[in-house]
Amino acid sequence: MQMDGRVALVTGGSRGLGAALGHALAREGARVVLVARGAPELAKVVDAIRAEGGQAHGFVADVGVKEDIHRIAGAAAALAGPIDLLVHNASTLGPTPLRLLLDTECEDLAGVLDVNLMGPFRLTRAIVGGMVLRGRGLVLQVTSDASVNGYPTWGAYGVSKAALDHLGRVWAAELEGTGVRVLTVDPGEMDTAMHAAAVPEADRAALADPAAVARQIVEIVRAAEDLPSGARIEAARWTSPRARPALAGAGARP
Amino acid sequence: MDLAACPAGARRRGGAPVKTAAWPREETEAERMLVVDPDRDAIADFIVRDLPSRLRAGDLLVVNDAATLPGSLQGEATDGVPVEVRLLGPAEDGVWTAALLGEGNWRWRTEDRPAPPRLGPGSVLAFPGPANPIPDGSPLHATVVGVSEVSPRLVRLVFDREGDALWAAVYRGGRPVQYSYVRAPLALWHVQTAYASRPWAAEPPSAGRPLTWRILLEARRRGVGLAAVTHAAGLSSTGEPALDAALPLPERFDIPAETVEAVARTRATGGRVVAVGTTVVRALEGAAESGEGRLAAGEGRTSLRIGPAFRPRVVDGLLTGVHQPGESHFELLQAFAPEPLLRRALAHAEAAGYLAHEFGDSCLILPRSV
Repeated sequence: MQMDGRVALVTGGSRGLGAALGHALAREGARVVLVARGAPELAKVVDAIRAEGGQAHGFVADVGVKEDIHRIAGAAAALAGPIDLLVHNASTLGPTPLRLLLDTECEDLAGVLDVNLMGPFRLTRAIVGGMVLRGRGLVLQVTSDASVNGYPTWGAYGVSKAALDHLGRVWAAELEGTGVRVLTVDPGEMDTAMHAAAVPEADRAALADPAAVARQIVEIVRAAEDLPSGARIEAARWTSPRARPALAGAGARP
Repeated sequence: MDLAACPAGARRRGGAPVKTAAWPREETEAERMLVVDPDRDAIADFIVRDLPSRLRAGDLLVVNDAATLPGSLQGEATDGVPVEVRLLGPAEDGVWTAALLGEGNWRWRTEDRPAPPRLGPGSVLAFPGPANPIPDGSPLHATVVGVSEVSPRLVRLVFDREGDALWAAVYRGGRPVQYSYVRAPLALWHVQTAYASRPWAAEPPSAGRPLTWRILLEARRRGVGLAAVTHAAGLSSTGEPALDAALPLPERFDIPAETVEAVARTRATGGRVVAVGTTVVRALEGAAESGEGRLAAGEGRTSLRIGPAFRPRVVDGLLTGVHQPGESHFELLQAFAPEPLLRRALAHAEAAGYLAHEFGDSCLILPRSV
């Protein structure tokens, strides 16, 4: 999907990968609406994108709160127009330091599912109907390798991301033939506040720069029509099908 | 009026006989759909899930993709007198048209509410509810910049902020317009269609409310096309006779080029255009009217009043609610089916226990063959 003149809605847009995606998509010419809980941080990112000449809006909301979902969908469309690209980037680890499932409160697991699973489900549901009507749109879910590996202490987060991955597959199957696509992207380990909260002892030099990962995700968005809807993509290992003609179409739909 | 005095089935407009749906139902596909066939001079009972089977391959279903605004803002005049503002979207160059209601809340019928204070140009309204946290958290204010000749309750407003800050305040502090006959306050999700996209509607474009994606995709599988317009569905009632008599007010619409093409294709191949809701009829016929018969893409405004003498140029049939004599909607239906048939349909709906109003049952007026 070419983003020039299109509308992108990115949750978790005030820092880390979300903020980087806001910048990267605005540079592509998209009108970007960023959603986050923290007003001051969000305003800084919006101002920075505008200072670069990009078109950006901010809306303060919590994707884990049911009442906020139609507010996000409505305000975003009012500010920028009907949504072409919906990026579910916001997520929570739950309480940190991360803990064993045996030490996880039920309420904490539910809280993680509210943000990482119910939020994306509700927001997709509020926005994707309009995409189907227009016959185009892309929903991009940000996941983690914790969704496929059973890492100790990553239980609540990993379960929520595994469910999100599968949500993406079912959305894709149900939306087959409508022109609306769903992709799930694992950005890999990045140097973000979230990573620092999860793995405080990590060597930051070994972590990816969110801005570089955001550029890679923009390439994935550009190539979305050539990718099978429902695919789960590891950003670090992905190369554009257009950059490797021998393999072009290998993963594409017949 | 308290809640107990507003039971399910309360009569709303002029003592009409059809019962009222007092709350959104969960299984909308199972809601009833009265099919009115002008060709056969016949009526028949169906449910909403049957809609695809009542259409033909090659027909085009046109929906209104307007999302419903949280356009009811509780404010106060400078002397502290409460005023409810109901926004009529979308704003033009930052100027909003709005209807003002006086003291009271959603449990009161609009016609029972006291008149709002008369506000002239320059009057300021404050909205002390949840305010926008960007940039400084100050309460939203609006200034009256014009008053309608139709009624002093219809004004033009300018807010003290715009863009991100205005929409944050509206979506934080506003609620969808409420109805006294509904059992409890309606949330924003109660008043959206399955395909709501652009927040233009003051009140829900309710004909599309029972349509699920299963129904819409089933219609598409059967060869029925699906297209959209955006129409800023207006207020159903303000409580003031002069203003209510002037409803519907001129309303904005937008017709995408894809829809113009879909209508042309449908026409060329002998299909029929079926509007989901009177707002779609007004948008398409209003556009054709201003194009002197030719449907053109783009935004416009229509004050078209459709009645028995109106000859539709674009729309052949429509899905709508259960409408009763005395409503402007009932007048509009007479452009598609003769009044005696519509009256028979209504008598049947009443006897068979159909429900009316925003969350009520449906009525499909089939296209005439000539």
